[in-house]
Amino acid sequence: MAILRVKDVSKRFGGLKALTDVNLSVEENSVHAIIGPNGAGKSTLLNCLVGKLMPDTGSVLFDNNSVLGLEPFQINQMGISRVFQTPEIFGELTVMENMLIPIFAMRDGAFRMHAYETIANEKVVVEQAEAMLEEMNMADKREMHAASLSRGDKRRLEIGMCLSQNPRLLLLDEPTAGMARADTNNTIDLLKQIKEERDITIAIIEHDMHVVFSLAERITVLAQGTPLVEDTPENIRGNPKVREAYLGEAA
Amino acid sequence: MLGLNKKDTSLLIIVALLTLLAPFILNPFPEGSAMAQFNAGYPDLMQRFVIFGIFAIGFNILFGLTGYLSFGHAAFLGVGSYSAVWMFKLLSYNVIPAIALSVVVAGLFSLLIGFVSLRRSGIYFSILTLAFAQMSFALAYSVLSNPKFNLTNGETGLQVYADDPQILQGANAPDLPHLFGLPMRATYTMDVGAWSFDFNAGYYLCAVIMMVVFYLAIRIFRSPFGMMLRAVKSNQQRMNYTGLNSKPYTLAAFVISGMYAGLAGGLMAAMDPLAGAERMQWTASGEVVLMTILGGTGTLIGPVLGAGFIKYFENIFSKINDNVLHSWFAFLPDGLEDAVVFLIHPFIGKGWHLTLGILFMLVVIYLPGGLVEGGQRLLNWFKRKKTGADDAPSGKTEPAE
Ligand SMILES: Nc1ncnc2c1ncn2[C@@H]1O[C@H](COP(=O)(O)OP(=O)(O)OP(=O)(O)O)[C@@H](O)[C@H]1O
Ligand SMILES: [Mg+2]
Repeated sequence: MAILRVKDVSKRFGGLKALTDVNLSVEENSVHAIIGPNGAGKSTLLNCLVGKLMPDTGSVLFDNNSVLGLEPFQINQMGISRVFQTPEIFGELTVMENMLIPIFAMRDGAFRMHAYETIANEKVVVEQAEAMLEEMNMADKREMHAASLSRGDKRRLEIGMCLSQNPRLLLLDEPTAGMARADTNNTIDLLKQIKEERDITIAIIEHDMHVVFSLAERITVLAQGTPLVEDTPENIRGNPKVREAYLGEAA
Repeated sequence: MLGLNKKDTSLLIIVALLTLLAPFILNPFPEGSAMAQFNAGYPDLMQRFVIFGIFAIGFNILFGLTGYLSFGHAAFLGVGSYSAVWMFKLLSYNVIPAIALSVVVAGLFSLLIGFVSLRRSGIYFSILTLAFAQMSFALAYSVLSNPKFNLTNGETGLQVYADDPQILQGANAPDLPHLFGLPMRATYTMDVGAWSFDFNAGYYLCAVIMMVVFYLAIRIFRSPFGMMLRAVKSNQQRMNYTGLNSKPYTLAAFVISGMYAGLAGGLMAAMDPLAGAERMQWTASGEVVLMTILGGTGTLIGPVLGAGFIKYFENIFSKINDNVLHSWFAFLPDGLEDAVVFLIHPFIGKGWHLTLGILFMLVVIYLPGGLVEGGQRLLNWFKRKKTGADDAPSGKTEPAE
């Protein structure tokens, strides 16, 4: 069953057609990669899924419910979490606090005026946050300010924050862009491990073919705002159209 | 204690001791001595210390935690004062209903202004709050003061007249603000040798209220709600993509800080039953910004220190005049004495703003964490001297000390 369905989505920026009639289905519990040359419209597509942009036409269904017109926080509550190209974390807060916030958000919803409680007394939430930090191998960094983490650790923390909410769909926009090889491999391993341990669907935008072919079960190639092909990694590798539009350019 | 951790409890106890013993601490110099003019322990000024402390504590909940810089908080202060005086006029001179109403009205007023202003962030938010405050000032100064509908009594300021209803004012109750019969002006003066200490009922009322709202501020700082407010400041994008709606959080912080401001305004009127529009002017809004930054934005005790510092300057430094200077430097040869007085002259008396401005710049440039950071550095420096340089604690400041 497809957990995410994108139907005939188009988006213009002034005269520029960023997306034209995009159709896409992401199967539940799969890892689906979206690739394409610079400016193909990958980030635009992703922004249309999470409430940052409103498509001009078309529909986006998550678990058969439309997400169009909803605020990002509402879409998150439906079970979609997003990892950004540059890690978006709470830099001035500690690693532990970064982990507490999404768990509080899960428990209390979009807003709660819990102004007279003390964080230390919220034992269940604190335990969940500690367990998640443990799972991310970051327990020793819990009192550090998130801004002082290394790039790889920031990414790890951000993914952990998303996972702590048990999302059904995890969206990643170029999660390894600008990373050193070692950090990239760590991220691949982390995502593989996540996939093994949970029922989760992952949609990933990526330039790094090493990452794509290590993780993806299906690949959609986007070029000039339209999907060119959608297939398994093996077939994509051999597809001449893809080579021409993308791989040839990249090589 | 009281649901606080050890560090916060000691901070609360220190603040409690300092405020309760303020009449002693602020009057260290014997009456009549040359230094006596530096004494700040007279009721009027002590009241102002804690009232502006309350104002700044509340402002810091908005600015320190969420990073939203309001330039219009004096409007809530003014609204609080007007509400309190109206209570005096209609009900009685008892300060309790007056203070209660000032908090409620300021809360409602800040809900309205916050709802509109928080549609924008950054500089646009600041400008919107400034515009609202200036509108409120204009309303209070002229629009809402006409023979048909006189809410604010314009230029003269709102005050209690003999023909006001005061329906609950008892026959024997004091004819000025009081707490169940205890006049706010009641002062007991204790003379110890050459020293003299004033214990004023109004000051102690303000001091107790300040301790309560300071305690509430600590609770807010340490609560999940407080953490969410810091998350607003840190990264709203991440917040929204984490399933949190940042708008009600900022609005709640705005209203809370508006209520603190209203409380401060109500207390001002309770100490002196008069409310004027100038209390709402933008300079007053700017002052609380200065207090917070000077003391240490986002720290618990900083705003109180900043408020005390600025009020001390305003009231003490401004009283030093050339005659005083001449008496200090009389030991110098005549020509040199005149030169020194001439050099210092611009910085004293009416020039206290100049001194404060320079100090403010120095603090912002060299101590971005305000007086609190200064205190921490001093403390670390002493510790290092005591224990030797090898196991010196790191100079890192904690955000919510
Ligand atoms: N907010 C915007 N306003 C105007 N044009 C935009 C906006 N966002 C994207 N574009 C344009 O739309 C096109 C698609 O951009 P998009 O960022 O989706 O590409 P991409 O596939 O993510 O590229 P990259 O691989 O470089 O990240 C580009 O030409 C881009 O300049
Ligand atoms: Mg992109």
